[in-house]
Order: sequence, then structure tokens, then C-alpha cells
Amino acid sequence: MTIAVKCIELCKTYRQGDTDIKALDHLSIDVETGGFVCLSSPSGGGKTTLLNAIGGLDKPDSGEVWVSGQRIDQLGKAALADLRLREIGFVFQAYNLIPVLSARENVEFVMQVQGVSTDERRQKSQAILEEVGLKGLEDRRPAQMSGGQQQRVAVARAVVSRPALVLADEPTANLDSKTSDALMDLFSELNERHQTTFIIATHDRRVMAHVPRLIKMLDGRIVDDIAQTPV
Amino acid sequence: MRTFRILFMLAWRNLWRNHRRTLIMLAAIGVGIWAMIFMTALTQGMVNEMIKDGISALPGEVQVHNPAYLDDPNINNLIATPDSELEKKFTGAGLVQWATRIKVPAVITSERESRGVTLLGIDPQRELGMTFIDLDNIDGRFLEDAADNAVVIGRKLATTLETEVGKRIVLMSQDPDNEIADRGFRVVGLFGASQESFEETYVFAGKETLQKLLKIGDHVTEVVVSGGDYRNVEPVFEKVSALVDEDLQVSRWTDLDSYLGTMLKVMDGFVLVWVIVIFLALSFGLVNTLVMAVFERVREIGLMLALGMRPSSILGQIVIESMLLLFLGMFIGNVLAWLTIIPLQGGIDISIVAEGMEMMGASSVLVPQLRLQDVILANCVVLVLGFLASLSPAWRASRYEPIEAITKAN
Repeated sequence: MTIAVKCIELCKTYRQGDTDIKALDHLSIDVETGGFVCLSSPSGGGKTTLLNAIGGLDKPDSGEVWVSGQRIDQLGKAALADLRLREIGFVFQAYNLIPVLSARENVEFVMQVQGVSTDERRQKSQAILEEVGLKGLEDRRPAQMSGGQQQRVAVARAVVSRPALVLADEPTANLDSKTSDALMDLFSELNERHQTTFIIATHDRRVMAHVPRLIKMLDGRIVDDIAQTPV
Repeated sequence: MRTFRILFMLAWRNLWRNHRRTLIMLAAIGVGIWAMIFMTALTQGMVNEMIKDGISALPGEVQVHNPAYLDDPNINNLIATPDSELEKKFTGAGLVQWATRIKVPAVITSERESRGVTLLGIDPQRELGMTFIDLDNIDGRFLEDAADNAVVIGRKLATTLETEVGKRIVLMSQDPDNEIADRGFRVVGLFGASQESFEETYVFAGKETLQKLLKIGDHVTEVVVSGGDYRNVEPVFEKVSALVDEDLQVSRWTDLDSYLGTMLKVMDGFVLVWVIVIFLALSFGLVNTLVMAVFERVREIGLMLALGMRPSSILGQIVIESMLLLFLGMFIGNVLAWLTIIPLQGGIDISIVAEGMEMMGASSVLVPQLRLQDVILANCVVLVLGFLASLSPAWRASRYEPIEAITKAN
């Protein structure tokens, strides 16, 4: 089994007023290719900081981050942008979509920046929108869709160009339980079908129950790494 | 290029997210461009009138003289080449218009008054279209040929001399032997001019008649040449320089009337300053609009950076947005300018301030002059400076850290 993500001795400290907060405290982790991992912790436990470090959105104070065999914590802005464009799909808690683009255009956005041809983009975006159950809503703008529909568009955008890794930060935070379950089923299906590695940061126990590997964090450290049978 | 389409689409749609702000900014740019072009057209129209009037008094954009004549315009400083030889050289040289003249100081005397004047001996056929005299606005008649024995004087001079058409006056000057040369002439016409000073100063007589009176044989004091475009005088200057003997002085109108030449340069500079000043006022609105547009979209910009858009593409998106705004504003401004200037091509009557204008050498009717290079200048200034003004907010947007930008929203 190859390693999709490797973090070695990551440290990250934020200053809040006069207090230093250790968001990551000598944290090390490996996630294999095709892994489906959930990071859970109380608020401030460091899961979002870890996700941002893995996604090249934030730099650790020390330690190493490797994604798809490439060390990324020393890369410049443009190189990190290229890495995110080619290797990583993001799903954020909220505000996932570009409001002036339709659902289809949002899904095609990453591919368009990648330089994928119009026909291929159209074909792939149509297929993925159907897969996430948004057939017929392709031309709606985010403001014309519900929270769940928007989140599904964001998921479609994150996976449509087949990235090696999908990072999702509290993807179900704004969704009701039924929509949350549907979204997790979709993640599981994409994970199994395309061997995409998923790392999901969440508080949501229903999400935690969906994954085969649950990593519990506290004060920037891993306190438990559990292999489990998904519900 | 691969991302240009998406950047253009994002820029265009973002432009219309806040319709009201965009429309206000478009109106500001449109009115600004209109003001630049319209005021420039008025200024150029005024300058054009002043220079054309000035050149029509010379007349011609290029003149040939004896080198000593310009410092001492007396009858001894004639062009050595005979008039008939000059005629041969200039005929068929491809010049738009030219004439040989005698121009000397003289005294005109009526039965009541005397005045110092500039006496012009001309061939009326050659002078058509070159002189400042409007031949349709003459009391009596103009000279018929170079051998005409009559004179035409200005209306203002006639009033001063208390004379009129049909009456006789005496013209007195000097011949090359410094003897008084004088004779009586009948006034056959009174001319009007855009400037009263022309009516007071110039007296027209037949060239051959003056050659006899001044005993200068077949000689003249100057050759005047018009190329039709006072701004592009160099080709005519070079052609005339090649035609005449080296011992003659060939002068451009800017050399002959340095005041007019300087004024043309000053006005060209003024137009540029005017255009830049208006733009500076506009730029505050433009930069403010872009800064607001960026500030409102911090989260989106962060999201796009997080999804893999390069900082340079974010910069490009904001610059494209600014350029779209400028191009639309420029289109509106240019159309407005065209719509307001074209109907005024008949001229704007500014006679209420004509006396003041006349002192500056301009006429009382102002014809706005829409010149392509002025339109290009105004548009280029707006485009180039607008581009530079948009760089600051665009640069700021491109430097956001994606996670900070997204977090700022949350």
C-alpha cells in the first residue's frame, strides 16, 4: 500500500492575545492511498490546522508534509497552487461555491483552470452532477440552491478532476442528518470506486461512524487512531 | 491564455454583481472621457482658428525672403531672383498653392487722415484661398489682376481715413534709391477680416503696379507657399528649400511668427495636462470601486486560491475587471463626445466674449475640432493610467493567503 499523505513531527503555534496556542504539537501521521480517514477533536484540537497543512493552505512552523510523494511544506505559492489544482480536492464547511458561476460552471472551474477542453469538461461535469443527484440543476447559481445542494456541487467540484486526495473540513456542519448521510454515502462510493483518499475533519458522530479509520486529536496531538467497521 | 476565458467570465459577471455601483462608475468614466474630448476639441478649435488666422495674415506656412528682409523689411532687401524665374521654378513643383508678393511699409493718406500701413503687391489670381480676405464679403470689388491700378483697403482703415469706395488716396513708400515713391490710387473695395487689426494694417495693390511705382523691375520681396496643413509643414519646407537658391532664406510659419508657434506647442501640452487632470479625478472613483469589489470578495478570492488558481490569475482577474469598466466607459464617453461635437461643426457663436477672443487672435465663432490623435490621446491616457491604478487593488487581492481569506469570512 502506498502512502498518500505523510506528516512528520508537525508543529504549529498561533498567538492569541498574550497566549500561545499549540494547534499542532509534534504530530505525525500516515494516510495510505485510497484511505478514508476522519479527524475528530473538540474545537481547537488542531484538525483544521492539520487539514490546512496537508492541503498546502498553511505552513507548519516545523516538521514535514508529504503529499503524493512530494514534500510540500517548502514549496512557494505558485507551486502550491499548482499542487492543489492537480492533486487535491477541497470541500469546505461553508461558502464553497463561487456565487457568479452556475452549478455546472462551479464544477468545471478547476478543470477550466487546469486547461481541460470544453467537451471533456462538459462531459465530466454532467456525469458527476448526475452522480451527486443534481441533474436538472446544472444552470442554477448557488443562491438558487439549498445548502445541501450547494455542498453536493462542492463535492462534485472536488472530485470531478479525479484528485489523489480530497480534504473536507466539517462538510456536514450546515446540513441536516438526512443530507449528511447522503453526502457521506457519496464520499464512500467515490472512495471505493475511484480509490480517492479522503481526509475529513468533523465533530459529527454520524460522519465518524461512516469511516474505517478514525483519528482522535486533542491539543494538537493524536490521542487515538482507531480502525473500525463503517456503519 | 488557457485561464483567460474563465478570468474574463468571472470579471464580467462580477462587474454586474453591483449594478448600481458599476453604472455610476461607467457614468463617471463616460462623462470624464466626454469632458476630455469635448474640451480638447473646443481648445483645438480655438487654437486652430487663431493659427489659421495668424497664418492667413502671413500668409502661407512657408515663405522665401532675402535673408536681410525679416530683420529689415525695406525695398532694398528684395529677392535677387527675378519674379519670372521664380514663376518658372515654382510652377509644376507640386505645391498646393503659392504666390510671389511685394510687402513693404508705406503711408496711406486720404484728404483727411494719414496712417502707416503694410502695402501688399499681389497677383489676385494666385492669392485666392491664401489671403485672410473673404472675397464674398467685400464692399465694391477686389483687385482684378496684377496690373490693377486700384487699391483695396480694410473697412476699419476706411473709417479711420474717413474715405470710401470710389475715393482716391495717396500711397507713399521708398524706392531702392531711397527716393520717395508715391502716387494716387482709387479705392475700389473695402475688405472685412476676422480681426480688426488686419483691416487697419493691410492695403492691397496690384503686384505689377507696385513694381513700377517702386522701380524694382521684375522683383518681389517674398514667395509665400501653403501646404494646406499647418501642423505638417516640413514636407513643404523641404520642397521649397530644394527649389530656391541657397542664398535665399526659407522660413516656416513657426519661425516667422514665434508667438503662434509657441502657442501651438503650449496648447498641445495643455491638452495633455487637461486630460491627465481629469483622469486623476476619475482614478479616485476607479480605485475606490476596485478596492470595494476586492474587499467584498475576499472569501471568493481565498476560495479560488485554495482551489489552485495562481495569484497571478487573481491579479489578472481584477485587472480585466478594471479594463472592462474602462472600455465600456470609454465607449460611452466617445459616443457622447461624437454626438455633442458633430452637431456643433457649424460653429458656436461666442460673440458675447468676442472682443476678448479677438485680442488673442481668435474669431468670434468657435468650431470644435475633433482630431483623431486627441481622441486617441484621451483614450490611451485613460487606458494606461487606469491600468496602473488598478494594479494596486489587484496586487492586494493576489497577495491574500488563501486560508486567511477564507477564515476572514467565517
